[in-house]
Amino acid sequence: MRSSRLIRIPFWFTYVFLYLPILVVVIMSFNSSANLFVWKGFSLEWYPTVFANEAVMTGLRNTLIVAASVMVLATLLGTLMAVGIHRYTRGGLVRAFAIAPALLPDLLLAVGLLSLFSLLTVTLGLHSVIIAHVTFAMAFVTAIVLARLASLDPSLEEASRDLGAGAFRTFMRVTLPQLAPGMVAGGLLAFTLSLDEFVIAFFTTAPTTPTLPIAIYSMVRFGVTPEINALATMLLFVSVLAVIGAQRLTRVTDAL
Amino acid sequence: MATQSPTPGVVPRGARRGWAALPFLTPGTLVLALFVAVPLLLVTSYAFFERGRFGGVVYTFTLDNFVRLADPLYLNVIATSIGTALIVTVLAVALGYPTALVIVRLPPKWRTIALIAVLLPFWTNFLIRTYAWILLLNNAGWINQGLQAVGIIDEPLKMLYTQPAVIIGLLYMYLPLMVLPLYSSLSSQDAQLTEAATNLGSNPFRVFRTITLPLSVPGLLTGCVFVFVPAMSNFVIPELLGGGKTVLIGNLIRDQFLKARDWPFGAALALVLTILLIALIFAQQSASRRVIEGPRERKVKRDA
Repeated sequence: MRSSRLIRIPFWFTYVFLYLPILVVVIMSFNSSANLFVWKGFSLEWYPTVFANEAVMTGLRNTLIVAASVMVLATLLGTLMAVGIHRYTRGGLVRAFAIAPALLPDLLLAVGLLSLFSLLTVTLGLHSVIIAHVTFAMAFVTAIVLARLASLDPSLEEASRDLGAGAFRTFMRVTLPQLAPGMVAGGLLAFTLSLDEFVIAFFTTAPTTPTLPIAIYSMVRFGVTPEINALATMLLFVSVLAVIGAQRLTRVTDAL
Repeated sequence: MATQSPTPGVVPRGARRGWAALPFLTPGTLVLALFVAVPLLLVTSYAFFERGRFGGVVYTFTLDNFVRLADPLYLNVIATSIGTALIVTVLAVALGYPTALVIVRLPPKWRTIALIAVLLPFWTNFLIRTYAWILLLNNAGWINQGLQAVGIIDEPLKMLYTQPAVIIGLLYMYLPLMVLPLYSSLSSQDAQLTEAATNLGSNPFRVFRTITLPLSVPGLLTGCVFVFVPAMSNFVIPELLGGGKTVLIGNLIRDQFLKARDWPFGAALALVLTILLIALIFAQQSASRRVIEGPRERKVKRDA
């Protein structure tokens, strides 16, 4: 069925609305003028200044440490959780419990974790951000791997057991390889989510260990500079690559 | 069987082969219990304690934190938050519904592209996306330049640091969360229903009103919750685009925890937010159940 002309107006408006701001940032990152609102000419001068900015580089290093750790831990915990839920539970209770952190407002989790860390007198730093990010990243991995599990043929595992492989061997040699695309997609998603996460990191890190979003937040709060445009464009590029990668591996949209 | 689990205890209900489940379910469950369930319970309990003289929490039971909430100042913040999130949700429906409807009717190849295109901004850094609106809404920004160039306005419009700027920023942030559930709800509809109605002589508007719209209500309600919930607790957009003039409940909670160091009052605010959100999700669930089951029965009766 073709859509009438009238409803195509909001449809196109949505895309203009979604992409206009991104387009402006990307275009202005190549502006040779320091003025953010007047196009003067093409230049790549703002890109090297990003790499010379110490706050950005410290933030980037911290964020990469956090995101990589979160990716590994969340993939491991989320995959185990998903297999456990798929095999051993029938009711939706455990599943709901495991996926809930993905839907929980970040602010609530943030104040909760801050209270817990403070009660246990845990010194805040990158480790506390990693723990905090793992909780919700794991929920996304669980959801994606569960979706993958649902589409698998259980007779392969049964055949492996019938042919004499033990439970552990069946899991390693039959189940795990089939889950790999879901795990990689979940891991990429966990990485991207952690890379971009601001609110929870803001509450659970120490002032001495800012993540990149926190560094960007302070930069934006104290005024806009062309440097931010260049940084933003590079981050957009990385996010787009990660999303396309995850999308190709499994249909992330279906899993959620 | 690989059952060398050292920590017995957490056997889920409905377990088929009890012990074998432990190595899979225990690690994740422990993490979720310690770092999600305990923190939420902890904050909830703080709402009923007194604040220490130099910050922190004194473990004496009190309801003062809730009494303070009745102050018109704070009631006003809660009302503004609900109002702002409501406007954002309505606008998201106005844009998201037609968008999802058009996407569903695109040829399959374009459908995937259109869907990914809606999703992409959502996975890009949220501070960067908010920052982009500073460039657009500024007095010397791109929208004002454009409007002045066309001659619609002479003087730049003051847009940045106003409540509409906050609404635009929130809408921009959460619009994809409206399109997605709507799309999945619309795309799973049985095309034969609309075809049958058209063949039997219904005009497109009537087909939409009596078939497409009612069947998409669950997706619509899910989208509304997906937009309303984060819009209500966001504190960064009100600060960056609203210039701190629009104070929402998220800003208040942040300030109590990080600036005023009044954790019990912040916890009470967080509890109010949680209760509002839980009530909303329950309302959504029961409404979508009623929509799926209710009207169909009535329609059958009327037709019979």
